[in-house]
Amino acid sequence: MSTTNDSHAFETSRRGFMAGSGAALVVGFTLPSMGGRALAATDTAFTPNAWLRITPDNRVTVVCGSSEMGQGVLTAIPQLMAEELDADWATVGVEQAPVSQAFNNPAFGMQATGGSTTVRGHWDVMRNAGATARAMLVAAAAEQWKVPAGECRTEAGHVMHGSKKLSYGQLAEAASKQKAPEKVALKDPKDFKILGQRKARLDTAGKTNGSAKFGIDVNLPGMLVAVMARAPLPGVKVAKVDDTAAKAVKGVKQVITLPTGVAVLATGYWAAKKGRDALKVDWDFGDKAGLDSAKVTAMLTDGASKADAVALKAGDAGITPAKLVEATYEAPYLAHACMEPMNCTAWVKPDGVEIWAGTQSQGPVQGILSQVASVDPGKVKVNTMLLGGGFGRRFAPDFVIDATLLSKISGAPVKLVYTREDDMAAGFYRPASVAKFTGGLDAQGNAVLLKAGVGSPSIMAASGFMKIPESGVDSFAMEGINDHPYSVPNQLIAYGRREPGPNVWFWRSVGHSQNSFFMEGFIDEMAYAAGKDPFEFRRALMDKQPRYRQVLEVAAEKAGWGKPLPAGVFRGIAVVQSFGSYVAEVAEVSINADGTPKVHRVVAAVDCGMTVNPTIIERQVEGAIVYGLSAALYGRISLKDGRVEQGNFHDYPVLRHNEMPKVEVHIVKSTEKPGGIGEPGTPPVAPAVANAIFAATGKRLRSLPFDTSQLKKA
Amino acid sequence: MQIQVNHSVREVPPDWRDESLLVVLREALGLTGTRFGCGAGQCGACTVLIDGQPRRACLMPVAALGAARVETIEGLAAPDGGLHPVQQAWLDQATPQCGYCQSGQIMATVALLRTHPSPTAADIDAALSGNLCRCGTQQRIRASVLRAAQATGSGQ
Repeated sequence: MSTTNDSHAFETSRRGFMAGSGAALVVGFTLPSMGGRALAATDTAFTPNAWLRITPDNRVTVVCGSSEMGQGVLTAIPQLMAEELDADWATVGVEQAPVSQAFNNPAFGMQATGGSTTVRGHWDVMRNAGATARAMLVAAAAEQWKVPAGECRTEAGHVMHGSKKLSYGQLAEAASKQKAPEKVALKDPKDFKILGQRKARLDTAGKTNGSAKFGIDVNLPGMLVAVMARAPLPGVKVAKVDDTAAKAVKGVKQVITLPTGVAVLATGYWAAKKGRDALKVDWDFGDKAGLDSAKVTAMLTDGASKADAVALKAGDAGITPAKLVEATYEAPYLAHACMEPMNCTAWVKPDGVEIWAGTQSQGPVQGILSQVASVDPGKVKVNTMLLGGGFGRRFAPDFVIDATLLSKISGAPVKLVYTREDDMAAGFYRPASVAKFTGGLDAQGNAVLLKAGVGSPSIMAASGFMKIPESGVDSFAMEGINDHPYSVPNQLIAYGRREPGPNVWFWRSVGHSQNSFFMEGFIDEMAYAAGKDPFEFRRALMDKQPRYRQVLEVAAEKAGWGKPLPAGVFRGIAVVQSFGSYVAEVAEVSINADGTPKVHRVVAAVDCGMTVNPTIIERQVEGAIVYGLSAALYGRISLKDGRVEQGNFHDYPVLRHNEMPKVEVHIVKSTEKPGGIGEPGTPPVAPAVANAIFAATGKRLRSLPFDTSQLKKA
Repeated sequence: MQIQVNHSVREVPPDWRDESLLVVLREALGLTGTRFGCGAGQCGACTVLIDGQPRRACLMPVAALGAARVETIEGLAAPDGGLHPVQQAWLDQATPQCGYCQSGQIMATVALLRTHPSPTAADIDAALSGNLCRCGTQQRIRASVLRAAQATGSGQ
């Protein structure tokens, strides 16, 4: 099957090739955006495992089971493989994998991309696969030359012995007949030639010439395009539909009511959109009637006050310290606002289901759709397209389920596209949260007490694949608070679950996105209450945390902490560990006359363990800072009368070019195992900026987004 | 109805003549490199050049084009495949992450450099601040614009 496109051929070539062991049939799917690097398999290909194919023309093709949403997995995964394979990087290409257990993310035990786990999950498995393939290539050469394998060496895609030399391509066929060794040795990291290097991404060409194919670009013959009026909140039902006007729109073919809303199916997007706008839908709001942001805040505040699921307990939290510091922090629901609207193309046929989607969760989706379409999971084929942003949103299966239902009911291939407004207003949100803190200092200004209660909905409960443990603590609701690095002898940190109603979901950096703002803001408050420098106060409490302490010191040093700044510019600092990586950020901020903060520079120090690609790390941290800054300055999903008030970028603003600070990223050298990198840059930026605002104005901003009316100069 | 797109004249099929330019490019002509982001002229992902001016294709009725010339991301490279200096700069700076907004960013930059071959920071802000990017590539885009300006200025 190939899609039609008269400017660029977009072929989803399907070709089976046998794995070297002769066991699994693996189906490849060629992304067109790799600059033609991925090549067709031949009978003589060497395919020692699902992830690798070496062909006689010397091409090394790595098959990537993770989803590319900008974070660079289509380059990082091949780097892991190519290092231990000793491949010539110039011959390495990449393909997107089909859905198969062979491509399960070892960090999850399912094929899915999220939680900044791709490099962490595949670090050992891909290198082992590369080393195994290398050993088989060496064995093939040794057999041919009748020399001991141990005397052969490999370099840049060749096996060598004395003056003899054969390329991996020349050895591909013979290597495929070798038995895979049971155990292989991995390189000492000091010998890495491809890992840790600034290799150019393999997916950039298509993203600069228009040929990159995202889910929304799929076009099948006879396909209908669907747009939905989506139920404003979970549990809100369709009471009545008048589709007379919608059906009168030219191009509209069908109107279908699903549990999640009403869909208009048409020949093209605009006709479907016009049809959707012409629908008259009455909603039964049930117990969501009248829900608004004030009620949400009241519920969460109650949860924070009565929090009793204990996440951390140390010493005696009942002590009476010399000085008490108390504060309540709050963060709103947030939408992900990926640039590419949610979409999925589904085709339910008598013998199975095929979908094309930018999804972060193709493994779970296969199981879900097998139920939706009542077929065996093996009959569900998932074509993972490029994702126009993910940030967690595309881990949710809602758009995939809706598209499949619409194809099943209509009998046609259906591309479902949520309008920007329908995604924003009936979305999956970063949970709103309230945290109440009590801190205590002794007479010398040492931190002796930390109490926190958090009121927030549960992502674990919402996820559909996790359960809140016996303790009652959803770790996503608490991360960033109960895992702080500070040595405080007496602590009590607890969770009070409350469920106001909107869907909650993973959002870049998950619980850390709000909790680090709370925690790093409150620690700053304690520092000032103790009369100490916020950097020194933190550092003194990190005596048992060398990795935190190092990034804190590097960020402070690179930012010139304590040194003079231009008039009106002030610094704030924050440090967070998330997803196994340590990031400290120093923000330099001034306040405009209208009260809006201007962020001039953000200096980040990152310890993400051993690195795969420093350029991608820098870009990810820069981007994560922008994502966090957009949320801190503007991000807010609010509710009124049971509906979300925001719809598009005019009322859900994000950072623009003219607001972009200078961002410096300093990668700290480390020999630790890799940490994640897609998310850890986000959490420190909001507190670093809020702390700089306090330094500038003496006003402590404890809610997101920043209420700049408090900062207006008289 | 015919429109001029990337040096060729394209027929707009009868069913598509009441549509926006974006829908015609993407769905009728198969030029999907121009992206749909918001449908309301707020994000810039659909930026194309119309007679050299950057415009939001989602807001432009195809019927209003007349003889105007449309340039899209697909038409930037030379017929022999040689990259436009702006595309080359984007590659050199490793700018795209997810890549979804980059067609619009690149087209807006092409327009900017035609009128401002040596743009100031304020020129770049004015030209690009309507082009949103959720991956946070703004700093790299700025560097890419300056690099492209340099390359263009040095006679490429």
